[in-house]
Amino acid sequence: MSGVVAFLTDPANWSGTTGIPNRLVEHLIISGLSLLFATVIALPLGLYIGHTNRGSSLAINLANIGRAVPSYAMMVIMLPLTLSLAPVLGYDPTFGLVFLPTFLAMAFLAIPPLLVATYAGLRSVDRELIEAGRGMGLRDSQILGRIELPLASSIIVGGFRTATLQVIATATIGAILSGGGLGRFIFDGLAQGAAGYPSIYAGAVLVAGLAIAVDLVLSLLQTRLTPRALRKARRRGPSGPTSVIDSPDLQEQAASPA
Amino acid sequence: MPPGTKIFDFGWVAGHLGQVWERIVQHLQLTVIPLALGIVIALVLAVIALRRPVIYGPVTAVAGILYTIPSLAAFALLLPIFGLSLLTAVIPLTTYTLLILFRNFTAGFNAVPSEILEAAEGMGYTRRQRLWRVELPLAVPLIFAGIRLASVTTIGLATVAAVLGDSFGGLGQLITEGIQGFFPTKYLLGAALSVLLAFAADTLFVRLERIITPWAHVRAGAR
Repeated sequence: MSGVVAFLTDPANWSGTTGIPNRLVEHLIISGLSLLFATVIALPLGLYIGHTNRGSSLAINLANIGRAVPSYAMMVIMLPLTLSLAPVLGYDPTFGLVFLPTFLAMAFLAIPPLLVATYAGLRSVDRELIEAGRGMGLRDSQILGRIELPLASSIIVGGFRTATLQVIATATIGAILSGGGLGRFIFDGLAQGAAGYPSIYAGAVLVAGLAIAVDLVLSLLQTRLTPRALRKARRRGPSGPTSVIDSPDLQEQAASPA
Repeated sequence: MPPGTKIFDFGWVAGHLGQVWERIVQHLQLTVIPLALGIVIALVLAVIALRRPVIYGPVTAVAGILYTIPSLAAFALLLPIFGLSLLTAVIPLTTYTLLILFRNFTAGFNAVPSEILEAAEGMGYTRRQRLWRVELPLAVPLIFAGIRLASVTTIGLATVAAVLGDSFGGLGQLITEGIQGFFPTKYLLGAALSVLLAFAADTLFVRLERIITPWAHVRAGAR
């Protein structure tokens, strides 16, 4: 245990490319980029499916497939592809080993929870409110922007939370492909056997801390985005699923840790 | 990948069926033990929560934090305590199932309409009889939804457990060996089999639910 404290307080571990700050930045960059990529695809698609209710079976099926593919498996399925495309597309083969497979796997795994949450969030909006909006003469885009999106936003952020957790976890595993990020400390430690325990433990503490901190921030955001009237109703606790969306089945459909 | 390497070498697979089978069996072990433990723990907690709803909040909060810790970190945190042993893999895999199972089990119990509970009471059922004969059977669909999800999740997370050791590594060990040896056949096979296993487990529990709740389907068929 003292080895871990020594590892975490050693100034050598706080500077340079193999230091904790740089590894943290690497972790955040690859996670942020893949989340951005996933959001750009999943959010508009989810909004379209949720608003029109067209192609909802696509969303559900995608979610089912998404949660059946383990993140580690997804990563290595990408590997031959990203390695063999390097000469074709002209990028550095190292990039196709250490960055691309992890990035793509993370992005693909983040799409299902985001898509399902966006779709489910929009479907959770009371039909009468939408009819009322239509009666007031709102256009489709106004109904989406002024009624559906605000009411669905906390559920959408819930999906984003799930996706973020999965992405942070997968980025950790991604270090096995010689990539960076906080997982590097764990794999480097594992390679050294018993002597590597401080590094393993320090890496684990840092990753767990990062995941819990990010999740906490997003959960606060989620509470803030929940319309005030709904906040109380939800806090009342174990009253069981009150709507389709509260059903753990649907909410968890695309959610799994990685 | 060294040039000239085949992306997938079926000859290698045919020659190593024994080794592959052993990994599949290990993977099943890594899935079944945590799943069974998780179901027992979550069911006990859910039954307690049924009588004392105050514990619902704290249990989900603790299970939620455990769920948040990335799997590789969870395995690594237990490594100095239990070493490269099965226990290091089984403990986090079990805790990951708890949030999913507990939430679904309590939702299942809570979904039983109160008129039915009152009817059971009126018929003179004791609390225990009511639990076994009324609440549990009616909660089966949500209970099984939880078990399906937990099994698929555990199969996925078990691939990561391979970093812990060779003796129980499962399909993740095939993946790790394949990556370290620059041998795509091995890692692609490990990945494909873990996906297949997840789909198989999902299908199995769907079938199982149909078998143990025949009434739900008689009614659906008669409609």
